[in-house]
Amino acid sequence: MQRISRRRLLGGAAAVASLPILPEVMPDKGLPGGLPATSGDAPGPTMGSHGGGVRGPTFKLGDVVDHAANGFNPTDILRDFDYGTVTRLPGGRVLREYELFAEDKEIEVAPGVRYPAWTYNGRVPGPTLRATEGDLMRVRFINGSEHPHTIHFHGFHPPEMDGVPEIGAGIIEPGGSTTYEFEAEPFGVHLYHCHVGPLAEHIARGLYGTFICDPKPGRPEADEMVMVMNGFNTNFDAASNQIYAVNTVAFHHVNEPIQVKLGELVRIYLVNTLEYDPVNSFHTHASFFDYYPTGTRLEPNEFTDTVLLGQAQRGICEIRFKYPGEYMFHAHKTEFAELGWMGFFEVS
Amino acid sequence: MAAEDTTRTARASPFERVPAWALGLVPVALILGALVALLTIGSDTLGERRGPPVEDVAVERTVLRPGEIELEVRNVGPDAVDIEQVFVNDTYVDFSESTEEVGRLERQSLTLDYPWQEGSPLLVTMLTSSGVTVEHQIEVAVATPEADGAFYGLMALLGTYVGIIPVALGMLFLPFLGKVREQWIRFFIAATIGLLGFLAVDAYLAGREIAELSAGAFGGVELLFIGAVIAYLALVALDRYLRARRERAKSAGAGAFQLSLLVAIGIGLHNLGEGLAIGSAYAIGELALGAFLVFGFALHNTTEGLAIVAPLANAPRPSFGRFAALGLIAGAPAILGAFIGASAYNPEAAAFLIGIGVGAIVQVIVQLVPTMRDRAGRALYPASIGGILAGVAILYATGLLISV
Repeated sequence: MQRISRRRLLGGAAAVASLPILPEVMPDKGLPGGLPATSGDAPGPTMGSHGGGVRGPTFKLGDVVDHAANGFNPTDILRDFDYGTVTRLPGGRVLREYELFAEDKEIEVAPGVRYPAWTYNGRVPGPTLRATEGDLMRVRFINGSEHPHTIHFHGFHPPEMDGVPEIGAGIIEPGGSTTYEFEAEPFGVHLYHCHVGPLAEHIARGLYGTFICDPKPGRPEADEMVMVMNGFNTNFDAASNQIYAVNTVAFHHVNEPIQVKLGELVRIYLVNTLEYDPVNSFHTHASFFDYYPTGTRLEPNEFTDTVLLGQAQRGICEIRFKYPGEYMFHAHKTEFAELGWMGFFEVS
Repeated sequence: MAAEDTTRTARASPFERVPAWALGLVPVALILGALVALLTIGSDTLGERRGPPVEDVAVERTVLRPGEIELEVRNVGPDAVDIEQVFVNDTYVDFSESTEEVGRLERQSLTLDYPWQEGSPLLVTMLTSSGVTVEHQIEVAVATPEADGAFYGLMALLGTYVGIIPVALGMLFLPFLGKVREQWIRFFIAATIGLLGFLAVDAYLAGREIAELSAGAFGGVELLFIGAVIAYLALVALDRYLRARRERAKSAGAGAFQLSLLVAIGIGLHNLGEGLAIGSAYAIGELALGAFLVFGFALHNTTEGLAIVAPLANAPRPSFGRFAALGLIAGAPAILGAFIGASAYNPEAAAFLIGIGVGAIVQVIVQLVPTMRDRAGRALYPASIGGILAGVAILYATGLLISV
């Protein structure tokens, strides 16, 4: 998998889009266009005086993150929705109960690069909590970290359920726990994160996740996925990040393109949790999408291929691919793209 | 004798029969044993260092080839370092490395695949396994010259232009110096001292600047001083040796030549540093190889030739061979310096070599001061003070023509 996807990148998405390439078909011969398949080959005609860097950013070729050791794989996080434990209250109202625990955990954010993260449920981003508007949400929070934390939800709720210091349960000390209870509203795509000071660090360390509130009538059938745009300030200088990604592992979807179906509606719940950099962006190649800012309206307000998001801004992108092949996507803040925030859809 | 023997017996009776070497061996063995014990037990009793590993690497050499950046890095921190990923100007790049992990003071070579553009600055950031970033700034990207015949030819030519030719030209003042009156000779000696003093200060400042760029594992400024002390003491030893030989041979006039030789050696060691600066500037593309540079150096270094021949003014004329040898000793090291600077440059070596130049010049000044004295034995009198100031002024003015 690793090898063939590298080659896809080396050749560039466009060159390969119409040509499904299998390793058996073109063993180490290189791609149309003369680019060598491996860096050890003789330089092809297009190499010229440029290095392989012209083919795009990459981690050291051959290096991959050990997802098993991390305990999560970004490919799985994409379509992993936590609907909670569902029961009916007297009167028929839906009650959804979730459990989140904070855990200090070292994770590999780039091949070989370890980051001492603070996580919800051992993963970054935390679980994608999903409910329908009007449901009663009961989120039990256990702080298993060595540091004080909370969960602060974006959305409507009584102030004492806000997960900020001094109000309601306030700060949850290590070993402590609490339950946040509120009605799921408004419909849209939201987020939750820790709200203990220093805030930037508590968020940047990995304490964030997506909270989706579905509209009562529902949305059209689609292949749904969550993309949390994040980054890691591995040297803790609080100035900017060294690694940028969607769902934590940089360049992950270069190695493992996201598999989608030709002509099928793809719905992306896009959330920006990036710290230290003021904006982030999302750009799809060779395609356009309907954009629903914050997902709080059922009608899109834009048909575009690029959106710009500040921190905690989020929205829904609905896209339908017209042709089979590989479609690049990345932050069109290209510095972030070249520092890890890029990937591919593979449409078949 | 007898009295001494008694006291010794009285004091050291238990070890009387033990040979001296054995007595020396005992503390050595005890010290070694204690060190081994400290290594094995001591570290356990103190426990681990608090906090995360300290990772620090220094780039010792940068080679730029089309589409490729090669860095030679040394681990200058206390812990092993594993460079996991590298980005250049905020773009992650593929790279190959000579070893996975570098231990303390070990070296590693990284070859980065990056289409750098000529003339642009580059910021290389190395990301270690613990997320620490080590940055290396390349001020201006220029292809590193290939160390082939043509390159060495160019460096030799450059060294000849800025070293040998100007020094030789300056030495042509010798017949003139032979004709002028003694006070004028002393004036020129004073000017030479002023000139050398300026060179020493200038070289010291340049050396400090370079030393501060060094990684620190092998010291920076310390190397400058070590170089200076070595050169100073070596020249003192050379002077003593030549003096002793001269006294045996009782050859007249050799004293003046010896002084000239020492000045030539001092200036030669200084020109080694000058060549180093030129060569390294050329290697990183910062040197405009124009007529202006050659002209500036020529004017600057001509005064060095004058300094070499000043002690010879009233002495018998040396043979042409000896005369040429003085010129080569003073000028040729510029060629060697240019080779080193352009091909094997690193801040530590440069600081050390510049230090050698500084020490040599200081020693030469010490040698020259007695010859500047007037009949009353004064070193500082109006003419000598004027000479010193003139020497400083000449070098300051001609130095403005050069910027390396």
